Amino acid sequence: MEALSLPAALPLVAGGGAGLSPERRAALGASLPLLQRDYRFERVWFWGCIQGLRGTYYIAEGLGPNRAAPRSRLYSLNCLDWSLLTPGTKEMLALAEQLKGRFQGDPSFEYSLAEINAEASARLIEGGKEPVIKEEVRLIATIEQIDKAVGIVPRGAFVKTPLGSVHENRHFEGLSLLEAKKLSSYFHFTKPVNLKNKTLLEKADLDPSTDFLDSLEHDIPQGSWSIQQEKGGTVVVLRSLLWLGLTFYHVPMTKQYGYVYFGTGEKNLDLPFML
Amino acid sequence: HGPYQPHEPGYGLDQSGYSPYEDEIPDPQARMLAIQNAKAYLLKTSTRSGLNLYDHFANILTKVLDEQPANTVDIIEDISKDVKWAQFRKKMDTLRDEHLILPTFEAAEKCKALFVREGGEEHEELDEEMGQPSLPNVMETAFYFEQAGIGLDKDESYYIFLSLKHLVNVQPIQTCRFWGKILGVEMNYIIAEVQLQEGEGGEEEEMVEGEEETLVEAEKEMDEAEEEGEEKEKEAEPPKSTYKPPPEIPKEENGTGTNKYIYFVCNEPGKPWVKLPPVTPAQIVCARKIKKFFTGRLDAPVVSFPPFPGNEANYLRAQIARISAGTHVSPTGFYQFANEDEEEDEGDAYEENPEFEPPPVAEMVDSLATWAHHVKGILKQGRCVWINPSQKSEENEEEEEEEEEDKEEEGEEQEEERGLPLLTLISEDEGMKNIPAWTAKASTNLIPQYSVAILQSNRWPGAYAFASGRKFDNIYFGWGHKYSPEGHTPALPPPAQAEYPSGPGITETVDPTVEEEIAFKVAQEEALAEEEEEGEEEEVED
Repeated sequence: MEALSLPAALPLVAGGGAGLSPERRAALGASLPLLQRDYRFERVWFWGCIQGLRGTYYIAEGLGPNRAAPRSRLYSLNCLDWSLLTPGTKEMLALAEQLKGRFQGDPSFEYSLAEINAEASARLIEGGKEPVIKEEVRLIATIEQIDKAVGIVPRGAFVKTPLGSVHENRHFEGLSLLEAKKLSSYFHFTKPVNLKNKTLLEKADLDPSTDFLDSLEHDIPQGSWSIQQEKGGTVVVLRSLLWLGLTFYHVPMTKQYGYVYFGTGEKNLDLPFML
Repeated sequence: HGPYQPHEPGYGLDQSGYSPYEDEIPDPQARMLAIQNAKAYLLKTSTRSGLNLYDHFANILTKVLDEQPANTVDIIEDISKDVKWAQFRKKMDTLRDEHLILPTFEAAEKCKALFVREGGEEHEELDEEMGQPSLPNVMETAFYFEQAGIGLDKDESYYIFLSLKHLVNVQPIQTCRFWGKILGVEMNYIIAEVQLQEGEGGEEEEMVEGEEETLVEAEKEMDEAEEEGEEKEKEAEPPKSTYKPPPEIPKEENGTGTNKYIYFVCNEPGKPWVKLPPVTPAQIVCARKIKKFFTGRLDAPVVSFPPFPGNEANYLRAQIARISAGTHVSPTGFYQFANEDEEEDEGDAYEENPEFEPPPVAEMVDSLATWAHHVKGILKQGRCVWINPSQKSEENEEEEEEEEEDKEEEGEEQEEERGLPLLTLISEDEGMKNIPAWTAKASTNLIPQYSVAILQSNRWPGAYAFASGRKFDNIYFGWGHKYSPEGHTPALPPPAQAEYPSGPGITETVDPTVEEEIAFKVAQEEALAEEEEEGEEEEVED
């Protein structure tokens, strides 16, 4: 969610019982603007927090002029001192995805690769490096996975200019109550995968400036999103059942929307059994 | 297809003499003609929509000049679309729009109803006389949990506070507590843990007993019918099934063990509270094997394997029982056993220790031995107190006794299960792999004198406890499932039952081979020949 709308938005996502303590909230209010100044981000998003066994990682994302460009991600253990996370290579990310279990809460904790993937650890040893993965790499891999899988925005909130860059749509006034109840009014805010598979008939109805992302309708497995209207319909809250802890809120007919992740950073692989 | 440049064909001004690269002012008349051509082109009505570009531009410019938005050039396409869209909306409609009653307003009505203060002064006097049903201070608990970042929005907490007050007024309640919130796919559950006043839980028991009686009578009737049928057909009978289901383990009495508290749930504050039925051991045993999301509707069926005996209300109750047994903790020493002479196993009664001195917050965070469970753990059987299931069936018919004897002969005695006694320290809780069962931390490191000790359960993610001085509480916010590090493995179907016992009477014998047959024939002929010889000898002797 937008850093600037934190105070108004946190009560709206608190339906799941997860939130921030007043101390953290105050710290974020002070440190996120400084982050924007230091890194010259155009927008700063508070992504959420991943709870480890001994500590909690608070994550922020910074966006540049093209909102669809890869975002810079920073983490902090106390909401005051932020460290930039270097995006990992594809192999490291693939390895990190195989790690199971809770996060430890210590960024320099090392997971031994030998248990997970003997080949990769052998390769690393040959390369002269130790066969370990640091928790930082696991952290960035998890954040990217979550953003790619369940980071969502309402339809019409972002426009794609003819030059290809993506901006907020200043003309977006919110979804209507009827639209807000449908899964098709929400898009994954990441590179679209299903768009090109649509039939020509469907594509003809799309508006290329706003419909350039995948909608949630065809997510596998079906039913992996829970849509609820809280407070009698004043807020629409979507919760992902695949990544438990990701909450998206939108107040219909207003510009307020955002998503945040409060959880343990583990994918819910039991989802097919639980539906 | 980019925007047209002035010197390209299509712009209309490419007639000779009007290129913008010339310095001379072109002939005014020719220029007027060009302008008229351009205007005529702009006024051409579209064959599809009946609009023309000229009017459309005029409308856009009017709208832009009226509204004067910021950075118009960036949103000009959207403005154009809006203007087109506005064309189709009629300003004057003979039908008035029906005043929509949004569900928002209904919910607001319900919330407002919560604020109505019932009765008047009389009610207040009654309360004082009856020695207050303890309505918990939900806002105070919410404040402490908020220091750790746990908890609902303040408005929602207050609505829950008010609906608990309504619950206390409606039902005969002795103590009441906000247990927590369980999320569901369609709707959520808000759960209150309640102890009814003595003698109030009796209605359900009577009803249940009545049902059991009718069941037993029905079984007797069926048995009689079967016997009659047997007498008639004693000849070709299919083999009888020797399967008897294991004896049903009786549920615990209301007020003890897993059914110590009664739980009321509602979907949203403002909706009526529904009482959850007491939980049976079979439900707990099954709930341990399945993992399903709650839908939010209490009557929804739970489709699973092994089949869950009940609907979502029972599943919810079973999960609540498991969570309570696993994660309700209090500072060590806050509760003590009522009678110290009682055996530990049977000690179900605990009371507050008046001499309890709370340890400092730092100690509560560092050492897990400062916390203790105050709810009895659930055994594998599904109950808190172990019961021998074969004892109960002494009252049943002779057939079953005989079978029991068979079973005992086979040595299928169930071992008595012993669980951890009440008030065990949580430092004895086992972790999973390398994950400890509990994580303790202080709410703030910056202001240690006012910090609160917070416990998070790792076995049941979403269960929290706080302690600050003499105050403590437990709460649950989550989806209602246990954490399984390896992922959930569903139960496999049991092996197929043997249809019939295989014995020599039924087993097929192997057909004899040709050699065996020949050998048998030869042996028979030899035997016959011997008999004839003997016969001849006998005849000869005579």
